[in-house]
Amino acid sequence: MSAHVPTTATVPVLELRDIVTCFGRNRVHDGLNLRVEQGEMVALVGGSGSGKTTLLRHIIGLTRPSAGTVALFGEPLFDGGLKAQRARRRRFGVLFQQGALFSALNVAQNIGFPLCELGVASEAEISELVALKMHMVGLEPEHALLMPAELSGGMVKRVALARALALEPELLLLDEPTAGLDPERSSAFVALIRTLHATLGLTVVLVTHDIDTLAALSSKVAVLAERRIISYAPLADTIGLDHPFIHHFFAGEQGARALGRHREVLR
Amino acid sequence: MVCSGPGTSTVTLYGEWTLRRLQPELKHLRAQLDAQDQNAAWDLRNVQRLDSFGAALLWHGWGRRWPERLEIGEALRGVIVRFADSARQPLPSAPGYTAGDALVGLGRVAFGFFAHGLDFVRLLGQLVLDMLYLLLHPREWPLKETSANLFKVGVKAMPVAALVGFLIGVVLSYLSALQLKAFGADIFIVHILGLGIIRELGPVLVSVLVAGRSGSAMTAQLGVMRVTEEIDALSAMGISRTQRLVLPKVLALSLAMPLLVLWTSLMALLGGMVSAWLQLDLSFAYFIDTLPRVVPIANLYIALAKGVVFGVLIALIACHFGLRVQPNTESLSTHTTASVVTAITMVILVDAVFAIATRSIGLPG
Repeated sequence: MSAHVPTTATVPVLELRDIVTCFGRNRVHDGLNLRVEQGEMVALVGGSGSGKTTLLRHIIGLTRPSAGTVALFGEPLFDGGLKAQRARRRRFGVLFQQGALFSALNVAQNIGFPLCELGVASEAEISELVALKMHMVGLEPEHALLMPAELSGGMVKRVALARALALEPELLLLDEPTAGLDPERSSAFVALIRTLHATLGLTVVLVTHDIDTLAALSSKVAVLAERRIISYAPLADTIGLDHPFIHHFFAGEQGARALGRHREVLR
Repeated sequence: MVCSGPGTSTVTLYGEWTLRRLQPELKHLRAQLDAQDQNAAWDLRNVQRLDSFGAALLWHGWGRRWPERLEIGEALRGVIVRFADSARQPLPSAPGYTAGDALVGLGRVAFGFFAHGLDFVRLLGQLVLDMLYLLLHPREWPLKETSANLFKVGVKAMPVAALVGFLIGVVLSYLSALQLKAFGADIFIVHILGLGIIRELGPVLVSVLVAGRSGSAMTAQLGVMRVTEEIDALSAMGISRTQRLVLPKVLALSLAMPLLVLWTSLMALLGGMVSAWLQLDLSFAYFIDTLPRVVPIANLYIALAKGVVFGVLIALIACHFGLRVQPNTESLSTHTTASVVTAITMVILVDAVFAIATRSIGLPG
């Protein structure tokens, strides 16, 4: 599957042009630009309050920037009629920070929900596709009947990831995918996302604070500081940049240790 | 995306077999797949992309087994293999509903009823203990919370209570006036409105209104606080949840309810007065003059007592259900509904008890 011919090679999967976001008087983004090509794994980093999650919400279409355009697959997000917009939204999957599972539905129903809503697959197909997605994210079949309230934090993330993958998205958006997981689960989850990226040929955009996750996952790092993207480059190049935020972010004790663990990535 | 000439036994697939591409012509494709010969040879070498939905479609088209003659690239084969592997291990389905389950359900309702009663008594007891504790430690009274609740359930409920009271008064007066006119007993309108509204209608009307308005809000608030673990956080700090969350609500409502009863009854009488004036030409002065003569003051005391009791009841029931909410949306909605329904039912039940207990008090003649 990884050897497929990219049909949209020339069109970026995600393009942010001159994004401006204001909350009252507070200007969060000011002329922000970002262009993500197909197959990339982009980590969005920045200090707290720098507007990473806001940017992610712009990309999903939950909020609209005060100025500028968000384009997905070469088309502005809010272009076209209701049908075209819905079709565009189905091309990406989102993993919310807290999972955002529907608490009234069990695991299998949660994962199958987008497919049920689409109304194209038969019940048997949905059940088998759910089984496949559960297998993909490392859930056992007997977990299917559990309710979200009965799941551990790591399982919630897995189920949410499986749901995000239900409609075979081309773009996967992850908000703090490893926040709230212990190191072991965290690295297992990172490995999972890596495998999925390789087998499904996804484009991934993730917001993270965790340098381990960053080093293990990202093919490129987009640094959000001073209200715009100040650098968009592979991790090795990003570390070399001379900017107070980058010094602060990577130079801490924890950062140094994490980078030590991932030295092979930097070579 | 499918091409098979008649007579040839080879089915050639091409293009992108992904959910997004397949969706527009899915019906047509399914029909085409179903129409293929069992023994046909399949050629998938020209398929550029295949996702798991495409794999599901093909797998079902093939009758859930591999076709005997198949030409396919390794990458695509892997996709179908992965799908077929997980399709072979079906997910456990939820167990069906049997007669045994019905019996268990019935038992659960019975035990649930018992558990509710026990929990309610426990809450009440805890509240009494808290009150005793607070009597000895007067500095710890949750005055701020009580005052905030008083504003929320009392002051903010006044406009809607006034509107409902006034309209009910108008309607009641209008309908009674029509009947009384026929008998020439016009002046008895004051008796009917005075006794009916002050003693009975005012307290019950306000209770229904407050149960729907403030009771549901209390249940939902406590329920969400349970979901977000705020109540656990309070307990972890060694702060009694009944003292900080339940007691202020109960106190506020037991103070606000009698006042709301007074306010609503006043508005209802005003509405009745206006209607009587328009319908029967009864002057305001006559109405106001007659009212205290025909309705003994004991009725007002009964109404205020009812207000206190109903207020305590509504707040307690709301808190009881709020504290039992499980951390999911379904439970929140069930408990909020149960809270309002139970509160209104209990109010009407207790009102009947009041009617019997006070049958010899405050009734003329």
